[in-house]
Amino acid sequence: MNQSEEQAEIVRQEQLTPEIFRLTLKAPEIARSARPGQFVMVQTTSCYDPLLRRPLSIHQTVADEQVQLMYKVVGKGTRLLAGMTPGQKLSLTGPLGHGFELAGKQAICLVGGGMGIAPLYFLAREILRTNKPPKCVVLLGARTAAEFGPLPRDFMDIGITETLLATDDGSLGHHGFVADLLAQHLNPSHQWSVCTCGPHPMMKAVVGQCRKQGWECQVSLETMMACGISACLGCATPRADLSGPYLHVCKDGPVFKAEEVAWL
Amino acid sequence: MSEADLRVTIGGLVFKNPVLTASGTFGYGKEFAPYVNLHHLGGVVVKGISLEPRRGNPPPRIVETAGGMLNAIGLENVGLDRFITEKMPYLRGIGTRVIVNILGDSLEEYQTLGQRLSEVEGISALEVNISCPNVKKGGVAFGTDPAMAEAVTRAVCAHSTLPVIVKLSPNVNDIAQIARAVEAGGAQAVSLINTLLGMAIDVRSRRPRLANIVGGLSGPAIKPIALRMVWQVAQAVKIPVIGIGGITTTEDALEFLLAGATAIEVGTANFVNPRASQDIVEGLGRYVTDNRLDGISEVIGGLILP
Repeated sequence: MNQSEEQAEIVRQEQLTPEIFRLTLKAPEIARSARPGQFVMVQTTSCYDPLLRRPLSIHQTVADEQVQLMYKVVGKGTRLLAGMTPGQKLSLTGPLGHGFELAGKQAICLVGGGMGIAPLYFLAREILRTNKPPKCVVLLGARTAAEFGPLPRDFMDIGITETLLATDDGSLGHHGFVADLLAQHLNPSHQWSVCTCGPHPMMKAVVGQCRKQGWECQVSLETMMACGISACLGCATPRADLSGPYLHVCKDGPVFKAEEVAWL
Repeated sequence: MSEADLRVTIGGLVFKNPVLTASGTFGYGKEFAPYVNLHHLGGVVVKGISLEPRRGNPPPRIVETAGGMLNAIGLENVGLDRFITEKMPYLRGIGTRVIVNILGDSLEEYQTLGQRLSEVEGISALEVNISCPNVKKGGVAFGTDPAMAEAVTRAVCAHSTLPVIVKLSPNVNDIAQIARAVEAGGAQAVSLINTLLGMAIDVRSRRPRLANIVGGLSGPAIKPIALRMVWQVAQAVKIPVIGIGGITTTEDALEFLLAGATAIEVGTANFVNPRASQDIVEGLGRYVTDNRLDGISEVIGGLILP
């Protein structure tokens, strides 16, 4: 357990779309031990309004020193974050939970929707670094083209040439759901290992496709949580068989095998 | 660390300082080890334990509110046996007092818990939860009726050799009356307040934000109510009072001590700042030193009335 609390100085705050921001912080302790799929709890203000920290997945680490987070302005906390500027400090705790499992995976497909794309970039970089030769396909979905911002380009730039897009309104790539691309694009003769993060209905569709093809699938879940360290027990999620003790997203996840959790 | 004398005495036990952690906000201690030197704390009150493991309520279980949060965890816990075998070995080594919060559906269950935990090495005291608002039976029913509260207290005290602290519910008409009842039942201390019953609604879906519909409100939002109740109870009973409710800073802790609390428990603040409890210990030390006090006991009950 290499968690720590760091007063992280903001290095860069980039506005990627009208609503989506990318925040780069100097947090060497967290950067050194973070794995793709893990998250941090971010204190958005020291004035206790909003009271609780915000869980944000790690978008990438830079040079074992910086942690990059991506967030969408949806409420008071994220609006406060968006107003912060380089030089200011934020308290981060992490890295928390356990991330994606890559050992022994041959052909890997990452499926991201909306802000769920954020942690998959960290994962893609790790796959390129560790899997030789890497076989990695990235499928990204958004409501409309503008919502992607620079993300598709970012995946291509690091060498994921097979980056395919889907939009709900057809403004870019496939007109429809990103889950459709699994069946359309992935060679069914390969034993794919799928990693997905995004809105619940999207992940549910991805899990359904994987089940049909017999592919293994890891999912990154998001829930309300107060502490991020399994003390509040607020982030309970039911097991696949709906019985037994609840799983806790912060500690047992946020990344689970798809078959561990219930898809209600 | 300051050399200030922060010691306080509750139920015959000397605590190195008056800062404890509130049940349900500090796990079983280990969760906070990366952030807090646990041996610097006055004590750790662990997550409430029942005889059998409890699954707790379905999600969503928490929602943030103005200056606070609502929870309806539903007393999820590993149960007595697993607590003793899996959690106690670690807790015995943390270098501070361990207080075990217990809860039950019947007098017999409370008795058994008191008896079994008295036989376990490394436990300093019991905190009897008669005040959880999130379970259907037991819990709060014991906490809202003075006669029932006294009976539960008497049952635990009769079967346990440990000092007994009874945790009171604020969801009553006259909390001082309940405090007097548990004092009569033999409690060595009372701790208050547990959460205030509350509710939040999602106006878009028109559904309650908690699956349990209602939940317990905690955090800075409840501090003034908690402080008032601690002040009232401190005047109503002779046994020590442990103050709980929205304590986030050193100044908050001092307010409760001035109102008559002998110790305090840090709760929701642990989620906001995992170091909050230790920060308060250090802050109290500075306060004693800066004001040239002989010790923190000079602060307790030091409220000056107009």
